[in-house]
Amino acid sequence: MDLMTILQVLDSTVRLATPLLLACLAGLFSERAGIFDIGLEGKMLAAAFFSAAVASLTGSVWMGLLAGMAASLVLSGIHGLASITFRGNQLISGVAINFLAAGMTVLVAQDWFSQGGRTPSLMGGGRFEGITLPLAETLRDVPVLGPIYYELISGHSILVYVAFLTVPLSWWILFRTRFGLRLRAVGENPAAVDTAGVSVIGLRFAAVAICGVLCGIAGAYLATGLQAGFVKDMTAGRGYIALAALIFAKWRPWYALYSCLLFGLLQAVALRYQNIELGGLVIPVQFMDALPYILTVVILAGFVGKAIPPRAGGEPYVKER
Amino acid sequence: MDRMPAWADAVLVPLISLLLAAFLSALVIIAIGENPIDAFKLMVDGALMRSSGWGYTLYYATNFIFTGLAVAVAFHARMFNIGGEGQAMIGGLGVALVCLYIPWPHWSLALLGSCLGAAIFGAAWALIPAYLQARRGSHIVITTIMFNFIAAAFLNYVLVNLLRPVGAMDPATAKFPEATHLPTFQDMFSTAASPMFRGAPANVTFFLALLACLLVWLLIWRTRLGYEIRALGHSEPAARYAGINPVRTVIIAMLISGGLAGLMSVNTTQGEAERLILNSIEGAGFIGIAVALMGRNHPLGVLLAAMLFGFLYQGGAELALWTNIPRELIVVIQALVILFTGALDNMVRIPLERIFLAFRRGNS
Repeated sequence: MDLMTILQVLDSTVRLATPLLLACLAGLFSERAGIFDIGLEGKMLAAAFFSAAVASLTGSVWMGLLAGMAASLVLSGIHGLASITFRGNQLISGVAINFLAAGMTVLVAQDWFSQGGRTPSLMGGGRFEGITLPLAETLRDVPVLGPIYYELISGHSILVYVAFLTVPLSWWILFRTRFGLRLRAVGENPAAVDTAGVSVIGLRFAAVAICGVLCGIAGAYLATGLQAGFVKDMTAGRGYIALAALIFAKWRPWYALYSCLLFGLLQAVALRYQNIELGGLVIPVQFMDALPYILTVVILAGFVGKAIPPRAGGEPYVKER
Repeated sequence: MDRMPAWADAVLVPLISLLLAAFLSALVIIAIGENPIDAFKLMVDGALMRSSGWGYTLYYATNFIFTGLAVAVAFHARMFNIGGEGQAMIGGLGVALVCLYIPWPHWSLALLGSCLGAAIFGAAWALIPAYLQARRGSHIVITTIMFNFIAAAFLNYVLVNLLRPVGAMDPATAKFPEATHLPTFQDMFSTAASPMFRGAPANVTFFLALLACLLVWLLIWRTRLGYEIRALGHSEPAARYAGINPVRTVIIAMLISGGLAGLMSVNTTQGEAERLILNSIEGAGFIGIAVALMGRNHPLGVLLAAMLFGFLYQGGAELALWTNIPRELIVVIQALVILFTGALDNMVRIPLERIFLAFRRGNS
């Protein structure tokens, strides 16, 4: 394998890790506040459709991004209503949201575009184009570092850089601000937060809303950055991989970056090579597909570094018992 | 006593939730420019007015009874088994191995064998999540979701690399031998004079599903094990205090759940396709969640809810055939049913409780 091949695989790793990372951080905010969210998949899917649809209707990818975030926020609102206001089962609500998105996107796509549940291919201003970072062209011929800068770091769409910048931002918000401290507290011991006179419901809705915005960006990137347009079920389990990455990362932002890059690498390798031969042993592509899930189960089993979720996760808060 | 009567809890709450879901679905149909009343008529015509329509409705219902019971049994132990999809997939592998590699003299024996294969394989797929939940406290919802994906990848590998006949293109096993073919409703109920259920896939497995309902009812409400499962579901400390072993009970409940989900594949694999294909489950494992929620985890409720979803499935196929409404409408309805009967349960229940209380106060 030469440098170019490695760079190409790493480049597609970055692209494939971006939606995972955004969705993973979305789940991070929600679950740190004590709201389990297995509806990441559905929110991404809804955002992917509405961003592609609006981008193709208006010709502006930024309008698409806004529409995607709005769609994802609506689903977040439903999740919040069910799990915070009406104290329903958060897991069941998440399942419902996934199906709602899976059904509605195709239904609306068929109604608006009549192309069998897809949007028209996006062109020109309807997509997020790659950005060539300054000096990328001039430094291209510098050995080793030049190609790394040109191929790997430069040339991605703006949302990729947004996703990677969201990692330190999330860390800062969660661990260095008052809001973040309260948000984490509400996921561990909501009664204490309530006693301190801070609204549990308000904090949890805020967390769910942040989750919606980030899922919206993730979905918009899928349909307008990674691919050109929406196709039925295009998230293809990415929401669940993000969930797996979140557990793998033990609900921490920097670890989330590493685990998403790892799972992105697995996807990139599976995409490029069908079967991998390692010293006479053939690893089938299906094993690569299943590896993120297998790793997550191993981590969950607690044999390699136990993952402990936020203590109040999944439980609705009742003020008085 | 500040509670609703039991009948209101069991019938009224799901009924109102269902009406809410139906109302929103009607709005969706209006929004895409179709007439909901015409659409409903078309669904009834296609699913219930012809014997072949019934044949499809009951075929789908058979799947949903099994997966619904699977979710319901787990719910009684307060486990949310979201992995019915994967367990059914692996159950299908059990059916295929039994049908392909054992020379059966008659379909009835083959049915016994394939049921055993399906249940054992399905239960085995639930074993690891069950063990991890019971022993190591890994959340069963997450592990069963992961196992769905692992099952899909595993089945893909087995079908493509091991069981695919030489020279075949699509990832599927060879056709099962003639002796394993299950009698369909057409074989059973048609006479030369009056053909019934023509071409419909409903088969003898439907009666197996009815039997499963009865057995699950007996298990949950008439056996010691069922009592232990319910006790654990209500309160783990209390169950532990009463001498119930929570680890053992959780694992057994999940094994039964996985076995029931696996049994679904007898219907799709041996009953309909007569070979194992990659996506024979088609989301039925997830519909089991909606069915169990609507049926309030009671076998009779599961049976009725499964029939309803069978009707929706077949009716939805008719809609997709004759109108501009895609099949995904059913997914939306399914989502709304899960949302209202599962997640937004309190939204219906709390106002209803208030009304009942107001009435009671008025009477006394």
